[in-house]
Amino acid sequence: MDIMASPPRRGRFRPPAAARVLGLVCLILMTGCREDSVFTPIGPVANGERLIILDSVVIMLAIVIPTILATVVVAWWFRASNRRAKRDPSFVYSGRVELVVWSIPALTILFLGSLAWISAHDLDPAKPLKSNVQPLDVEVVAMDWKWLFIYPTQGVATINRLVAPTGTPLRMHLTSATVMNTLFAPEVGSQIYVMNGMVGTMWWQVDRTGTYFGQSNMFSGDGFPGMRFEVAGVSPAQFDAWVAATRGRGPALDETGYRALLKQSSDLKPYAYGSVAPGLFDAIVQQKLPPGEGPVQAGNKNPFVRPVRSP
Amino acid sequence: MKLLGKLDWSAIPFDQPIPLAAGALVIVVILGVVALIFAKGWAPYIWNEWICSVDHKRIGVMYCSLAMVMLVRGFIDALMMRTQQSVAFHSGGYLPPEHYDQIFSAHGTIMIFFVAMPFVIGLMNFVVPLQLGVRDVAFPTLNSVALWLTAAGVLLVNMSLVVGEFSRVGWLPYPPLSELTYSPGVGVDYYCWALEISGIGTLAGGINLVTTILKMRAPGLSYTRMPIFCWTALASNLMIIAAFPVLTATLAMLLLDRYLGFHFFTNTMGGNQMMFMNLIWIWGHPEVYILVLPAFGVYSEVVSTFSGKPLFGYRSMIVATMAICIISFLVWLHHFFTMGPGGDVNGVFGIASMIIAVPTGVKIFNWLFTMYGGTVRFRVPMLWSIAFMITFVIGGMTGVMLAIPPADFILHNNLFLVAHFHNVIIPGVLFAAFAGYVYWFPKAFGFKLDEGWGKAAFWFWVIGFYLAFMPLYVMGLEGMPRRMQSYDVPQWQPWAHVATVGALSIMCGIACMVIQLVVSIRNREQLRDDYGDPWDGRTLEWITPSPPPEFNFAVMPNVTGEEAYWGLKEAAREQQRITRPVPEYEDLEMPRNSPTGFVCAFFAVMMGFALIWHIWWLLVLGFIGAYATLVVFAWRDLHERIIPKEEVARIDLENRARRNLALQEGRV
Ligand code: HEM
Ligand SMILES: [Cu+2]
Repeated sequence: MDIMASPPRRGRFRPPAAARVLGLVCLILMTGCREDSVFTPIGPVANGERLIILDSVVIMLAIVIPTILATVVVAWWFRASNRRAKRDPSFVYSGRVELVVWSIPALTILFLGSLAWISAHDLDPAKPLKSNVQPLDVEVVAMDWKWLFIYPTQGVATINRLVAPTGTPLRMHLTSATVMNTLFAPEVGSQIYVMNGMVGTMWWQVDRTGTYFGQSNMFSGDGFPGMRFEVAGVSPAQFDAWVAATRGRGPALDETGYRALLKQSSDLKPYAYGSVAPGLFDAIVQQKLPPGEGPVQAGNKNPFVRPVRSP
Repeated sequence: MKLLGKLDWSAIPFDQPIPLAAGALVIVVILGVVALIFAKGWAPYIWNEWICSVDHKRIGVMYCSLAMVMLVRGFIDALMMRTQQSVAFHSGGYLPPEHYDQIFSAHGTIMIFFVAMPFVIGLMNFVVPLQLGVRDVAFPTLNSVALWLTAAGVLLVNMSLVVGEFSRVGWLPYPPLSELTYSPGVGVDYYCWALEISGIGTLAGGINLVTTILKMRAPGLSYTRMPIFCWTALASNLMIIAAFPVLTATLAMLLLDRYLGFHFFTNTMGGNQMMFMNLIWIWGHPEVYILVLPAFGVYSEVVSTFSGKPLFGYRSMIVATMAICIISFLVWLHHFFTMGPGGDVNGVFGIASMIIAVPTGVKIFNWLFTMYGGTVRFRVPMLWSIAFMITFVIGGMTGVMLAIPPADFILHNNLFLVAHFHNVIIPGVLFAAFAGYVYWFPKAFGFKLDEGWGKAAFWFWVIGFYLAFMPLYVMGLEGMPRRMQSYDVPQWQPWAHVATVGALSIMCGIACMVIQLVVSIRNREQLRDDYGDPWDGRTLEWITPSPPPEFNFAVMPNVTGEEAYWGLKEAAREQQRITRPVPEYEDLEMPRNSPTGFVCAFFAVMMGFALIWHIWWLLVLGFIGAYATLVVFAWRDLHERIIPKEEVARIDLENRARRNLALQEGRV
């Protein structure tokens, strides 16, 4: 026997404590998510994804909770001080137990694997959304550190504001004028990486009017937290009105305007461009317009040692 | 041409009081310790017996010590991030982005490469040769080189605190952000060179342990009799050999981009950033299993010992281990489902990732059945193990969620992901390290660690863990991205406060561990492990005295079954004395201590620093020094030292006497 072993005392190890913590956790999770989150989807994409998350959690909890309980119960029951526990140190192999032990996780994974396979296809971000409504084209450019949304058909563009007519699929083509980013709005749905010189396709749809939070979700440098945008869900009529009111007014997004945008800046308030040079997006993708220039030009003392973000 | 390359006064962050003060404090502490060592006259001992040591046990201890010191550094970073996020709602908080971004990058880098890795490698180094019944690892001096190259990486990372800056692009330097255009500072260079140098050390250590396990086992210790910890160590080190060269090569390509204008991963001129992500994760996913497999090994040893039972399903554990070893190379793409590769590719990799959960689940159940029918003693290592089993299944569950591509489309890269990987890596690796630390401490030092403070640390850590990371799941579901220096969404802030409280609880846990160590050293006489088997162990390391002599075993043990030591102990208990006859002692040859590792690392730091700051003459100097060290080592005449048989006999007989006494008194 172990020489130092004071007889294990009751009350030292308290499984109820662990159980209590776990209960608290579940409670936290459930209450926490009633606020704006992936559990308050406003479109078919987020809706589908929320369903997958819930399904998989429920399926797995069916094993996870019993496993946790079994761990606590077995450990506690076989504690050294329990006279009633039947000891059997020779219980080191059992073909039947092994079979069960391999098949439980295997079956679960078989089930969840099918879910993964099917949903990976169904909810592929590039897969067109089924709808009777004509999709709206939006071209998205990630910049240091703001989002440029171009409406090629309407000939307008916005910074940090995605205006989305409700019930209309958004066919988005995305690229980056700088480093990698992802366009992310938790209540709307999927994200994909945007990269310079490449185009990604992603479909979104907003079904409810309102303003929703969006943010780049892939760290892209010092100004990253300010790379927010809002998703404005508006009725189709309001959308048309907005386009009519915007077109031809305010600044124009031509090559000069674009080059000015390439300079690093963050926390920009949303604003709109009344006109967009045709083919701008393609020129960015084909790198006819250069990618963002990084912090060098920002006028630091010695940028090659510790560059500081320009104000 | 400037003599010091890019280095000038602008490198010192006079405008940032926090790193400056922290750096000054560290320098003062280090100077203080060095002064103390010289004042007390300990310097020759430390130099000869530790720094130059090629003894795998001492190297193991030094690896673990390095890891513990770096845990404190990494944790201070974590605490700063937590407090920043608590206050940075609608405000800049107290850390500007230029600084905050360095902190999360340093935290991740340090925790993975300089806490988890050295801790796990240290335990393997210490334990594996003892469990295999051999006197040292295959290449003892290489082992020392590996240790000191890791330390060189640590030094470079910490130097960046006061000289220049550390990387600001995260723990993995995704291009093009990490390219010269977007990160012109020296931070990424610090990161890359530190990891290039320590990576070579890790690879050398991996080769060493694989060779040891494959070639140097005690007579009769066939593969199917090897303790499970050795199996997991074998798997882990095989993975190191396969994966670390990929990391080294990938970072080398990035360095070529940055130094010589190559275009591997740049935006322009045909660079391909997606290649970087593939390459880095081909190393990165195996890396997590490199860490977690030996941790599973620790848990297997601990659960079996403290349940008083052999491990349930030993062979299925081996199968599970080796299955994980292979499958983990086939899943890297799950780190970028959101790159848009399409349903087929995402589906295949999603399923492959889930398949790993099967052998992992099997392991959990096997530990459960190891306890079943046993006599469970809730000593500190066992508490860590039980907390691990409970907590890890939650992390595993969220991991499987992230392996479902559409779920990942919405959870990727936000705090849900951060919660998930802390939820697997802290219970999975850190708790195992702590369990192993308490479990093998008496073997290393001859006395046990204080139980009360150990339990206090345990509770603070576990409760702190739940408080610190469960809120992150919620924040993730509420859409909070990772790496946010400040934010405007009010609903995140309460959870950030809870997480800060959790981090404070972890801080208390760490404090308890420090106190535990101090108290235990003070009370070492009461805590003495006088005959070498304090936990009623089952594997060969417990046959040696604590601490084991330099040569570990006076004669190589002869293994006749699984659980080599347990069988002998049972026989001895019956007879109330050691049943093995006193052997014929012989002179033993042991490798000589050598400063090669330390000197090598010294020149490696010199070269790393020179490369970071473009000080080319220093680079040449460092290279010549390193090469000269190699030549001197290769031309040495004496490489072994004889331990006379009288000395061997004295040590072994004394141990036998102590053990016999303990057996007679019924203490074994
Ligand atoms: C000891 C308690 C710990 C706390 C309180 C903690 C906290 C944190 C926090 C707040 C972040 C930043 C999350 C964000 O991006 O917003 C983070 C990131 C990270 N942590 Fe920890 N952590 C702890 C331990 C560990 C350990 C033990 C490891 C690994 C062995 C680890 C590995 C990482 C990594 C790799 C990152 C990502 C860094 C990045 O974004 O590049 N952490 N941690
Ligand atoms: Cu992975």
